[in-house]
Amino acid sequence: MKAYDTKLKYTFLSIATVIAFLLLWQLLAVTGFTGIIPAPSVVFRTLLDKFSNPNPDGATLLKNIVISLKVSLTGLLLGIGIGVPLGWLMAWYEPVNKLVRPLFEFIRPIPPISWIPLTILWVGIGLGAKAMIIFFGCFVPCLINAYAGVKTTDQTLINVAKTFGASNFTTFRKVAIPSSLPLTFTGMRTALNCAWSTLVAAELLAANAGVGYMITMGRSVGRVDIVIAGMITIGVIGYVFSRLFDKIESIVVKWRTL
Amino acid sequence: MAGSIRLTIDHISKTFPIGKSESFKVIDDLSFDVADNEFLVLLGPGHCGKTVTLNIAAGLEKADAGTVRLDGEVVDRPNSKMGMVFQKVGTFPWLTVLENVELGPRFKGENKADRRKRAEKFIKIVGLQGFEDSYPVQLSGGMKQRVGIARAYTNQPEILIMDEPFGALDAQTRYSMEEEVARIWSQEKRTIIFVTNNIEEAVYLGDRIILLTECPAKVKAIYQVDLPRPRDMMSPAFLALRQKISDNTDFSMEREAEA
Repeated sequence: MKAYDTKLKYTFLSIATVIAFLLLWQLLAVTGFTGIIPAPSVVFRTLLDKFSNPNPDGATLLKNIVISLKVSLTGLLLGIGIGVPLGWLMAWYEPVNKLVRPLFEFIRPIPPISWIPLTILWVGIGLGAKAMIIFFGCFVPCLINAYAGVKTTDQTLINVAKTFGASNFTTFRKVAIPSSLPLTFTGMRTALNCAWSTLVAAELLAANAGVGYMITMGRSVGRVDIVIAGMITIGVIGYVFSRLFDKIESIVVKWRTL
Repeated sequence: MAGSIRLTIDHISKTFPIGKSESFKVIDDLSFDVADNEFLVLLGPGHCGKTVTLNIAAGLEKADAGTVRLDGEVVDRPNSKMGMVFQKVGTFPWLTVLENVELGPRFKGENKADRRKRAEKFIKIVGLQGFEDSYPVQLSGGMKQRVGIARAYTNQPEILIMDEPFGALDAQTRYSMEEEVARIWSQEKRTIIFVTNNIEEAVYLGDRIILLTECPAKVKAIYQVDLPRPRDMMSPAFLALRQKISDNTDFSMEREAEA
């Protein structure tokens, strides 16, 4: 019962922070202390209103969210789907490493958003362009962490597999890859965060729909409440994805923390 | 020793380079034979050459000179006739106890029913029944080492190599594990090569003890142990042999220097 009480107390503390924050915000808005800042109640009303009202950016909130999700998930899944296996292969097979590494080391330091102008020239401002920018951002952490995961496989485990007559490929598949999973997940988590932040940057610069575009439009027509509503939307979706990811990770690598 | 020779270590040497010009010789012209169903103990000080010798014997590493022969055939790669229990606990953290134990036959593609049956038998022998579905993170150090032992036996090796398997365990667990290994060996006869730096453990377990020198490893002396099993660590004959080996080594001095 005591543990339950403590948990309740902590939950209360967390809620208190949120309430205090909202109160402070309301206070600042009402006193006009910080210039143009809409009260949280206004932003909340805008947020609700945006579900049915396509103005000023031309799409309802839900439609914007769907468009943004489509873009970011396409980029993220491509980044994971290519980055992770490539990282695993590079770490295990030296020829693959030698083949890919020079190119990768060249691409790695280029910030994903600096691909924006080039992709606009190549493929315009559609889904493909933004997905590609996000891909570049996600691909790098996925590859690096998958690589490190395989590289740090315990030599004893590899020896165990060898004494059991496992082939090099079996050892790779059954020993190196599973033991790389915790680090691989770290990479995918970084990629997830990156996908979301890169998305907004990409949409701010080149888009005609999406949550980032909604924010840009809000700013250009002087609707600060729209801007903040957009930011809140991004925050909430980011949080939901992060929790979803926690869940998947805790199922896949449950052997670490049982 | 009555049995025929199974494994021959023939004049092996191994040197590791350190930096650009220096090198470090860990094994120098080491030779010994292992007879069928013999419990052979390699007793040696500190950190010199023993693990490398075992790795070479198991085909995991190559010697600079000399050969290893199993039943007359040269060993140059891992061979499922030889099983190994490692010093560092080599349990796979993402597999359950049962899955860890049946790993060898699974890699060989043996059917599930057969390998499961055998895995369960050895889980029982090492006293881990009830923990089949636990993950290594839930086990103590001694239990993990039991998994390693059951896993090696389940693969049905003809020769079992054990590399200081109890080095990391506390004294209490260590004694009970030594008892277990002696018991399992009498129950399931195998040729065993057991490496240790503990004289008492060597005398308790071995049919024959090969005492190695400090770096580089060479054979310093060979002791035949004819004490009846199960052995009593407090019997006068046991203590006398222990003392005799101890007088021939400078382990104790070395330990003090290490501490």
